Amino acid sequence: MAKNFFDKIRPTFSEGGKLSWLHSSFDAFETFFFVPDRVTRRGGTHVKDCVDLKRLLIIVVMAMVPALLFGIWNLGYQHSQVFGLGWGFWQMVWYGFVKIIPLYLISYIVGLGIEFASAQMKGHEVSEGYLVSGFIIPLIVPVDVPWWMLAIAVAFAVIIGKEVFGGTGMNIWNPALLARAFLFFSYPSKMSGDSIWVGGLSKALAGGTPWKGGEVVDAVSGATPLSHASLDGLSAAGTSAWNLFLGDVPGAVGETSVIAILIGALILVCTGVASWKIMCSSVLGALFVGWLGTAGGVTDIPCWEQLLMGGFAFGTVFMATDPVTSAQTECGKWIYGFLIGALCITVRLFNPGYPEGMMLAILLMNTFAPLIDHYVVNANVKRRLKRAKTV
Amino acid sequence: MSDQIRLKKGLNLPIAGEALCEVTARVAPDLVAVKPTDFRGLVPRLLVKEGDSVKAGTPLFADKKCTAMVFCSPVSGTVDAVVRGDKRKLLEVRIKADGKNEAVQFDVPKASSLDKKGMTELLLQSGLWPCLKQRPFGTIADPEAEPKAIFISGMNTKPLGAKYEFTLKDDIAAIQAGIDALGRLTKGGVHLSLCAKSFSGSVFSKLSGVVMHQFEGPHPAGNVGVQINHISPINKGEVVWTVDLPLVAVIGRFMLKGVYDTRRTIAVAGPAAVKPAYAEVTAGVSMKQLAGFFAEGNVRVVSGDVLSGEAVGREGFLSFYDDQVSVLKEGDYFEMFGWMNPLRSKKFSVSHAYPAFLCGKKKYAMDTNENGGERPFLMNDVYDKVLPMDIYPLYLFKACLTGDLDKMEQLGIYEVIEEDVALCEYVCPSKIEIQNIVRQGIELMMKEM
Repeated sequence: MAKNFFDKIRPTFSEGGKLSWLHSSFDAFETFFFVPDRVTRRGGTHVKDCVDLKRLLIIVVMAMVPALLFGIWNLGYQHSQVFGLGWGFWQMVWYGFVKIIPLYLISYIVGLGIEFASAQMKGHEVSEGYLVSGFIIPLIVPVDVPWWMLAIAVAFAVIIGKEVFGGTGMNIWNPALLARAFLFFSYPSKMSGDSIWVGGLSKALAGGTPWKGGEVVDAVSGATPLSHASLDGLSAAGTSAWNLFLGDVPGAVGETSVIAILIGALILVCTGVASWKIMCSSVLGALFVGWLGTAGGVTDIPCWEQLLMGGFAFGTVFMATDPVTSAQTECGKWIYGFLIGALCITVRLFNPGYPEGMMLAILLMNTFAPLIDHYVVNANVKRRLKRAKTV
Repeated sequence: MSDQIRLKKGLNLPIAGEALCEVTARVAPDLVAVKPTDFRGLVPRLLVKEGDSVKAGTPLFADKKCTAMVFCSPVSGTVDAVVRGDKRKLLEVRIKADGKNEAVQFDVPKASSLDKKGMTELLLQSGLWPCLKQRPFGTIADPEAEPKAIFISGMNTKPLGAKYEFTLKDDIAAIQAGIDALGRLTKGGVHLSLCAKSFSGSVFSKLSGVVMHQFEGPHPAGNVGVQINHISPINKGEVVWTVDLPLVAVIGRFMLKGVYDTRRTIAVAGPAAVKPAYAEVTAGVSMKQLAGFFAEGNVRVVSGDVLSGEAVGREGFLSFYDDQVSVLKEGDYFEMFGWMNPLRSKKFSVSHAYPAFLCGKKKYAMDTNENGGERPFLMNDVYDKVLPMDIYPLYLFKACLTGDLDKMEQLGIYEVIEEDVALCEYVCPSKIEIQNIVRQGIELMMKEM
């Protein structure tokens, strides 16, 4: 039935049709429902593996679903805690759901809109890359971020971060992180501080009037454990390592629950979609610097607790492993991951004003990934030259 | 004594329709074709015209650059047609066989009495020289060059490939004679690679005058390019020659009997093959004569294997170097929700994104559907896993794409030809035409050097 529908409207979008300029969009929708009838070309491989980018990217999205679901509940839970509402489970979920849906709408409408438009302009097929970026963005921004800001950030990330380089596969920086970095540096008042990570809290505080007559029970509990810990140590934040692992703490929607992220990591590693080498080496790098920090007396936080805090786990699993912006060589991946982990914790230890190092660590290493690869590949080139000389 | 080399990377394609070890068709040649396009970079000069009568071993065309290098008719008969393409490019010389099997009789001295020059001349005038390919680039060997060594792969790991142990079991004497002849051409020795698992029982392990190597691993472990990379990699300025084992037998038959005899046993296999088995044919046989093997309907007939063969169609002809024909259904259908289907059990994927990797030895009736749209390079670790060479494939492909000669040279363009990277194209989730990219890279290198 759906096939008939597409067959019927295809002439309109094909060359010569009324809407032929919308060909890329038609193609994107059609290939969403149907794997196309295109056959392999005569000069190449006659059979092809049935995996394609749609499949790989949908797996990445699926891997983030546990973190999203937990995040939705946690939004409601945090809100209920802070305002002393004593909500039940479904109320919390509903609150989180209502909060997160507009963010997703904005992220996908703006992002995909630009992707479609630029594919149309270039006459390309629409690439699926933004499905993942668009899914990540709402998970890493404060839930109360004004919608127009988010729209601008998404537009910036897609246009400047991706399309100017030639689109999916050509970008230097992870687009989702770029959106977050854009927000962070352009609108710092909305992106940092103690109150932004609990839905409704900053508004209530700014208004000076308690929300709906209820008392803000403990405004400070809106602060993430990370910003507390960076100042006073974990126990002062009133949370335990177990809370961090579980994730019922304030923070960006997707990043709080390490256990949900681990489920995602398991999916990514088992399907081979993301590099386990990057995940492993990033953890090693973080542990190493975390250990140096305690050994050198810079911090009292044991190094393993660093892994549970803030955006480290989410960044390591879902963003450092982005195959486009990470190192491309297997050896390079070890170096790249290690440096991300190490840099993230270094920022945390030495910059209490900005306790979340993951975003900048990844963006910085995205920048240097080609350099790492260059040296790894050069070693291969040198080996080849040396071979020529010795023979 | 021979060394054993184990390769882990690669993939044996689980494609259905393997040929039974049985010769079910002995094809008496009717219409055959010799195709200059089988030889990379060849500019042919036609030596016959339509209506000329020829014998097996009569030159049909020669290389314009090296006129001594001739390409001969595999059968006796008359020149039926000279097929030309755009810009009068010579595509095929078709011979209608007369069934008499007359052959030009050559006077062949003993191999041991010939030096390199003598052997070269003999092979050139007999039309057998094109059996020798050269690396870098996979062109016909340059008779003037000094090859570092000659490499022969005695294991065929290509998907549905002919089993040499079966197809060449009666040709051991000819292969030995061929090896002796090749031995006169190089100081570096003739290297033969065999499958490590079946080495001791192999009929080829008793051949003499060769340096034996043992390889183990999935395809492309049987590709001579991969083997060279592990035995003695090609460096800048070096040249090695390669010969396919069935063609060694052809050279050997010439050395023994003095005739140009390209008879070979080929595998006709594939998911769309009816009763896949072996057939005895001459080079350039018309696919029409093999039609009994092909299923009805929209079917692609490939001369060679499914990874890097040439689609010649039901009317086409077997290529000079090929010893197999693969038959596939054309995949020109829409598959609803294909990529969303969690199982998709009828299609194979090496990627763990589908559960196919859990299914063990299941074989799949693969077709020619692209299974997706073309996208930019995105995944970076898939190519590495199917290329068992000390090469960074992605970087090499990108160097080829940008036409950067220095980079291509540095990253190992001399060591690969299309068939070595064919699996990279198979696994590519972005559906990029990698063999085409490498082909263009090689052509650019040849033009600029």
